[in-house]
Amino acid sequence: MGNTNFHHALKIREDLCIGCSHCMNVCPTEAIRVKNGKSVLFGDRCVDCGECFRVCPVSAIIIDHDDFNNIFDYKYRVALVPAVFTGQFPVDISLRQIFSVLIDIGFTHVYEVENGVEILLEAINETSTPQPEKKPLISSFCPAIVRLIQVKFPALVDNILLLKPPLDISALHIRKEMEEKGIPAEETGIFYVTPCAAKIAAIKDPVGEAASAITGVINMDILFNRVYRQVKQKNNHTCALPSGSKLSNVAMCWSLTNGEAPHVKGRSLAIDEIKNVIEFLERLENDEFSDIDFLELRACDESCAGGVLTISNRFLAAERLRNHVENFQPNPELQYPDSLRSIYQNSEYLQENISIEKVYPRSILKLDDNMAEAMKKMERVNRIMQLLPMVDCGICGAPSCQALAQDIVQGLGNIKHCIFIQKILEQKGELNLEDSVKIMQDIWGYGKTNKYRDLKGI
Amino acid sequence: MHFEFNIEGGNFSKAGTASSQLKKILKQLNVDPKVIKRVVVALYEAEVNVVAHAYTGQIFIDIDTNKIEIKLVDEGPGIPNIELAMQQGYSTASPAVREMGFGAGMGLPNIKNNTDELHVASEVGKGTTVKMAIFLIS
Ligand SMILES: Nc1ncnc2c1ncn2[C@@H]1O[C@H](COP(=O)(O)OP(=O)(O)OP(=O)(O)O)[C@@H](O)[C@H]1O
Ligand SMILES: [Mg+2]
Repeated sequence: MGNTNFHHALKIREDLCIGCSHCMNVCPTEAIRVKNGKSVLFGDRCVDCGECFRVCPVSAIIIDHDDFNNIFDYKYRVALVPAVFTGQFPVDISLRQIFSVLIDIGFTHVYEVENGVEILLEAINETSTPQPEKKPLISSFCPAIVRLIQVKFPALVDNILLLKPPLDISALHIRKEMEEKGIPAEETGIFYVTPCAAKIAAIKDPVGEAASAITGVINMDILFNRVYRQVKQKNNHTCALPSGSKLSNVAMCWSLTNGEAPHVKGRSLAIDEIKNVIEFLERLENDEFSDIDFLELRACDESCAGGVLTISNRFLAAERLRNHVENFQPNPELQYPDSLRSIYQNSEYLQENISIEKVYPRSILKLDDNMAEAMKKMERVNRIMQLLPMVDCGICGAPSCQALAQDIVQGLGNIKHCIFIQKILEQKGELNLEDSVKIMQDIWGYGKTNKYRDLKGI
Repeated sequence: MHFEFNIEGGNFSKAGTASSQLKKILKQLNVDPKVIKRVVVALYEAEVNVVAHAYTGQIFIDIDTNKIEIKLVDEGPGIPNIELAMQQGYSTASPAVREMGFGAGMGLPNIKNNTDELHVASEVGKGTTVKMAIFLIS
């Protein structure tokens, strides 16, 4: 498990972590262990899905992002805003109000991520029907899913659609527009307002791309607070109002569940929430389904409306976006001087640059690179599993008996970490009580291990 | 390494259990994903055949660094004409089975395409034995 050189937006703050193991128990890739009373992350296994972030009771899991004031390092500061951001606000706060506050607090431009949707949709539907073994195509929209496939479903990496998601297409458009205006690249900072950790990881360490066109990332919850306060504190008639959304119905709802699937030709399916996705991919790998052409897979329930950095209830946020469609009125005239031109102005350029490179597997499941070694290790894992109680209690600091067995074989765990085995060893006099308590302490820390004794004063 | 699994005839919801297990094992052994796919597809089809056409069966899997060998032994009606059964599109599947999306007569041909060696032996009224092998080093 040595390879940790992948960028992760999720970090565990050791000073805050209480080692409660909630995160360990929900991690879909078994990437977390508890040691010395703290959660520890295996970087090569983490896909930045954020399930751990959701359950942490003390907010010890943080999502690395750029400081808001970083935007002022740039002369031109573009807020690249996804539709779900506006979905966070109560319906009586209009989109134009939200955008004008963004200008007020320091951005020079506001651009909606989903402007890139139509360009992408065109490219998807022009993609030639893949060879049967590459069917179904899997959308590259959700970066947590792309990483999940890399680590857990290596046989499916070739099914990933090698097209940039709308976010990258829009960023490219912005870059091109600024360039056309004669603005040097280093003067433009593009800041994406993210609903999740996976998008950050994808920007800082893109899969299938050398570097991202996006400069930085601002967490949605933080920006929401800033904007909402401003909206509440004053009415914004002083600043230039950028035009409201010109997004189409389809584009507005793209990041929601079933945002992509119905618009792609052929038989397509939308699945949200990482556990559902895993269940489906397990069976897809067995070739149990034929005739599916396209899969929209999203790590979060209700897709991006359920992102870990969202504030509003995910169902309400989705409703707002869907309803917006009803009062959608195209408003082509430019409302403020710096507005960017329509993305169609650059459609040829964008289509030429829409591809991403092949995605490579980076399996976390293999016990060893060498098959003969791996077989030996598997035999050891199986032998150890026979000795373990198979209750997956997690007291050993690993999420399951199987995970402990694998850790032992990889030199990362010890069979004495199992509480059931400790008891028997104590009974047989093979482990003294002092050492037994020490083992617990090494896993759960001093406090939790000695709480009863210290509080009772015994 | 040796593994064994049982198959219950008629229980379609359990068909695929062995191929899923084998897939997990092969992933852990760092076998090439393309080879895993072939193995899993072949075993899945063979498993479904026992579920669909026979009463009960057993799977024996042997893995070494050169090859993966799989043997399925079932108790069932047997196959009267193996050559015919191997043909694409030939199926005796009941309407009920067809309704579940099986019975296109593609199973055995699919196994053949995905394996390096395939041997089917059968005794009518007794059962069928399907042996297959996939080599890991070409
Ligand atoms: N284990 C078995 N026991 C008895 N008959 C079998 C067995 N396996 C295959 N057969 C016979 O061979 C025929 C062809 O098998 P094959 O797997 O190619 O097609 P199928 O099972 O009918 O349909 P499909 O596999 O496409 O769902 C079957 O219809 C059945 O008559
Ligand atoms: Mg069949």
